[in-house]
Amino acid sequence: MNWLTDLTPDEWNAVRLSIKVATVAMLASLPPGILIALLLARGRFWGKTLLNGVVHLPLVLPPVVTGYLLLLAFGKRGPAGAFLAEHFGIVFSFRWTGAALACAVMGFPLMVRAIRLSIEAVDRRLEAAAGTLGANVGWVFATITLPLILPGIIAGMILSFAKAMGEFGATITFVSNIPGETQTLPSAIYTFTQVPGGDEGALRLTLISIIISMAALVVSEVLARRVGRRLELT
Amino acid sequence: MTLAIDIAHRQGNFMLETRFESAGRLTALFGPSGSGKSSLINIIAGLAKPERGRVVVDGRVLVDTEKRVFVPRHKRRVGLVFQDARLFPHMSVAANLRYGRFFTPAAERYARQDAVVDLLGIGALLDRRPSGLSGGEKQRVAIGRALLASPRLLLMDEPLASLDEARKAEIMPYIERLRDETKIPIIYVSHSVAEVARLASEVVVLSAGKVTAAGPAAAILQRLDLLPDEERGEGGALLETVVARHDAEFAMTVLASAAGEVRVPRLDLAVGAPVRVRIRARDVMIATERPHGLSALNVLAGRVVSIEPEDDASVDVRMDCNGATIVSRITRQSRLALGLESGREVFAVVKTLSFDRANTAAGLRAEIDA
Repeated sequence: MNWLTDLTPDEWNAVRLSIKVATVAMLASLPPGILIALLLARGRFWGKTLLNGVVHLPLVLPPVVTGYLLLLAFGKRGPAGAFLAEHFGIVFSFRWTGAALACAVMGFPLMVRAIRLSIEAVDRRLEAAAGTLGANVGWVFATITLPLILPGIIAGMILSFAKAMGEFGATITFVSNIPGETQTLPSAIYTFTQVPGGDEGALRLTLISIIISMAALVVSEVLARRVGRRLELT
Repeated sequence: MTLAIDIAHRQGNFMLETRFESAGRLTALFGPSGSGKSSLINIIAGLAKPERGRVVVDGRVLVDTEKRVFVPRHKRRVGLVFQDARLFPHMSVAANLRYGRFFTPAAERYARQDAVVDLLGIGALLDRRPSGLSGGEKQRVAIGRALLASPRLLLMDEPLASLDEARKAEIMPYIERLRDETKIPIIYVSHSVAEVARLASEVVVLSAGKVTAAGPAAAILQRLDLLPDEERGEGGALLETVVARHDAEFAMTVLASAAGEVRVPRLDLAVGAPVRVRIRARDVMIATERPHGLSALNVLAGRVVSIEPEDDASVDVRMDCNGATIVSRITRQSRLALGLESGREVFAVVKTLSFDRANTAAGLRAEIDA
């Protein structure tokens, strides 16, 4: 067990950074994720199919392509990157924030999908009932819709987190592989496999990676079952 | 309370064109499935927007398409009890009950939780989850939830339709208490004559989106021609009575009415309690002289007021029994054999066992007091 927990500082950095990047990516994509899921589940507007396609694009594109597109848009000289750096002081290129952005974009379709499905499962007649009891649209959402879709939201968050923990292609393309700044677990494993004698480190990080991913999967499985049970009851 | 409705609303091929006013304590919206009852309820509650028209409750304009008035549902203070109780599954019964109260301005909260819980007998359910309740319990909680929002008008959209007979019998007394013990005017949607006869003070009959009749319950329900085909056999006169005495030996209760004494199977009511009985037209026989050697116990003397042909085989004979109306449906052949005509003195004969539980109900107290 000592063999597994005696990590070098660089390896520790990679583990910590991965968890930080995945957590930030998950939390930052939650509000837009709920909003887009609501739009896709309930909205009737021109361009809905297009929006749906754009949201799902990272799921079907090669991750390298997504990373390169992010580099073009959010790089130092990219239009969005230059604008954000100038007005808000937010810099993505070669920073851990960029890794978080890449992970958020890659996990976004998974999160939206999970939340959207739970919104579509909500019995809208319950919302009508809440309306006749005096609740306005905002209160109906806060007291009826949100609690009913909570399991879907949690499942979406877990999926987004797990995806971020495993994200490699888009991250390394967008923000490279800088130890302590953008070197997440997969990048660190990749680096170990590229140097002689790196097998031991690669194996350690691989096992840690498996443990974290399994934990996320188990949590999402438990929640999914709870959603199923609740839907049966209503 | 006055409710004034005048709307026109198209739904696909269906045209709802309805106009009526009602000031009753419990107004039944009565008609077959697909007659537009639920659409009308949704329009009053604000769940649907009519194409044109007005909805006014107690002088407050809720909808006026000409003046572009449409009060949103959460500001109407119109309670709605759905056919499927629609309790919030993620809240306990107590939280469901509190829900509407939370949104009611403090000055307008007249409903007290303990009183409502008591009225509906749901005290033992407060900590339970809706998923663990029976259909009847769910519906009682749903009624309580609507009441605790202190509505100005309570709409009930076929609240018993999805329940079996036993559950219906369980809830019916609570709705009667609601009608008699609270001051909230109720609009009650139903396609069942038995429910309407038991509960309603006023009836509005809807057919294919149009109002075909409106008026006091007793006047409407004896007009068998107004009732939907599948319910026509249930139609008949309503007789307002009070409990005169109980006959312990034969387990019967004797009711006093304008038409005379009526013997029914024993009722669990105190002497003097008002009881409304429905006498189905098909249960009433007619004799031209006081019958002898007959098992039926109720013989009411009266005079034929009118005879209306119903179909090829039968006629509806309306009798005035000392001010109370009794309707009988007999065959055309019997009518000829007896030579029945308007003005003829006759006797209406009803078996005691024709009065089952569905036909006898605690009456509208205030109306009888008045």
